[in-house]
Amino acid sequence: MRGKRSILAALSAAALVGAACGGGGGGGGSGGPKVLQSIGPGEGQLNLVAWIGYTEDGSTDPKSDWVHPFEQQTGCKVNVKYGDTSDAMVNLMRQGGGTSYDGVSASGDATDRLIAHGDVAPINVNLIDGWKGFLPTLQSPPHNTKNGVHYGVSYMYGANILMYNKDKVSPAPSSWSVIFDSSSPYAGKGMAYGGAIYIADAALYLKTHRPELGITNPYELTQPQLNAAIDLLKQQKPLIKKYWTSATDEINLFTSGDAVVGAAWPYQVSILTTQKPPVPVDGIIPSEGATGWADTWMMSSHAQHPNCMYKWMQWASTPAVQAQVAEFYGATPSNTQSCAIIEKDLGADAAAPYHCGDDSFVKQLYLWRTPLADCGNGKNDCIDYSIWEQKFTEVIGG
Amino acid sequence: MVYLAALAILLVSAFWRLDPLSFSVVHRLGLTNFQILWRESVYRKIAVRTVGISAGVTITDVLLAFPLAYYAARLAGSRLKAAILLSVTLPLWSSYLVRIYAWRLILDRQGLVNWTLHKLHLASVDISFTNWAIWIAFTYLWLPFVFFPIYASLERIPGSFLEASSDMGAKWPMTLRRVILPLALPGIVAGSIFSFSLTLGDYITPTTVGNTQFIGNVVYNNVLGVASNQPFGAAFALVPVAVMAIYLLAARRVGAFEAL
Repeated sequence: MRGKRSILAALSAAALVGAACGGGGGGGGSGGPKVLQSIGPGEGQLNLVAWIGYTEDGSTDPKSDWVHPFEQQTGCKVNVKYGDTSDAMVNLMRQGGGTSYDGVSASGDATDRLIAHGDVAPINVNLIDGWKGFLPTLQSPPHNTKNGVHYGVSYMYGANILMYNKDKVSPAPSSWSVIFDSSSPYAGKGMAYGGAIYIADAALYLKTHRPELGITNPYELTQPQLNAAIDLLKQQKPLIKKYWTSATDEINLFTSGDAVVGAAWPYQVSILTTQKPPVPVDGIIPSEGATGWADTWMMSSHAQHPNCMYKWMQWASTPAVQAQVAEFYGATPSNTQSCAIIEKDLGADAAAPYHCGDDSFVKQLYLWRTPLADCGNGKNDCIDYSIWEQKFTEVIGG
Repeated sequence: MVYLAALAILLVSAFWRLDPLSFSVVHRLGLTNFQILWRESVYRKIAVRTVGISAGVTITDVLLAFPLAYYAARLAGSRLKAAILLSVTLPLWSSYLVRIYAWRLILDRQGLVNWTLHKLHLASVDISFTNWAIWIAFTYLWLPFVFFPIYASLERIPGSFLEASSDMGAKWPMTLRRVILPLALPGIVAGSIFSFSLTLGDYITPTTVGNTQFIGNVVYNNVLGVASNQPFGAAFALVPVAVMAIYLLAARRVGAFEAL
């Protein structure tokens, strides 16, 4: 979160008050916020908000099922609502005063908002066995840990990749220009993500292609830089067949042939290459680099089933489950003990793109986070996320 | 009563605003939302697009439904008439979502339309996920709702009127213009209310078969989805309410509600 501590400190202080008032659970710690000291018996139910592909129960692929074993082991029946965007997830977590859902697999652009608003509870990571095996960067990352207080446990991370149909796109692309440059031969067959955070992808492209704008971080944009990114997105619009917000949408368009190249998650590649009949797609990180996400399981501060949620976080952090999710989704697990399992399952060559346990890989991605006005230069001249959303409406609705 | 209360809250909340830092609603009356609606050209564009496509769909539906309804009501024999009525109602037996996704499949690159054109050795069309696709899907979706009021009003015209018209020397176009259309007008307007209002309020079809936003999408994003700015959503939701109020007042003047 590179040097904008003042506002976050203020926000998280406010969150602490809220969380301390709202937090249930066991006995108090030493002065810090109250967290659960031991996991009690499960409540029989668990309601989750998750990214699609994060809570597989075998219905997509019988071999990928880490929900049913959890249910059998803990007696917690899992109900999942998929969120299409981080914004939708934040909204879902606030439904019913925060009582509708017990937990969420939040990306870094949602975690800050959930913590600042007091929507999520502090977590006692000592109760999560797998946590000790996490990549050091992801044990207490700034997007889920404020002033030493944990608000969740890391899950998967990965890049927003460029996916293309190997039969239709040749030569293989190496730059995002295939969906940004108006001379792209694949005009009208591209896909772009339909959430405001996608502005960061445009900014990242401009960072390389228009260095005179002086973009250093795609989430810290001044007004002229944001305007340039919006102009790029407007100019991109004719290239785009459809903006996708659900991964299924993109899978459908790649299957029908309406789209041949687009911004995607590893999940889409995983489904498209294994469905019947498969679509020959590949996913790459282009030369300009990529934005990405590091997701965290967080617990609602008004969770109705906190013990089941703790049991879930514990389950989701184990090396075996982390390896299973990673192999299904194409994401990289936080728990480094799962790397050996992935290598054993897939072989060294197929496991290499996961960069499992590679700290430099996660550091090279521009992970999703909430843009704030204060971007650390003391001038408060960056543009915050509410303006990003308004500007993005201009792109999609214009 | 519950419905009226909800409408009243919608009206009032349109004048509230969202605190940008905490994302919570500030219960203080003001015109911020309406200023944004007026200032940002994109919202005008979305409103014009929504009303424009609604009008286009309505006109197309009336043009398609009127001849069919006339044929069914006045010319067809009883068995043919039953077949027409059944075929118009049949799509209503399946889910709305099924029908939208069907159109998506029909119109996509390798869909039925392009397959047929290919077999006929014609150039393929690329209208999937465009406003044309939205127009076609809506026209199909609301056709039954336009057909039935028109059918009812046409069936109600006594045959003697048409005979009288022709006895007095009026040719067919004159009878259509001076006798049939005025008597069928309430039915046409009633049907158009359905197609116009249903299109105006829809937010699923534009993003499913198209790649654009209607008023409903912006409202949805603000209330349940992306932006979570409920007061702004409420303010924008008043636009279709106002458009429909005007439309209904105009419809009442031509006596459309007597045909319902």
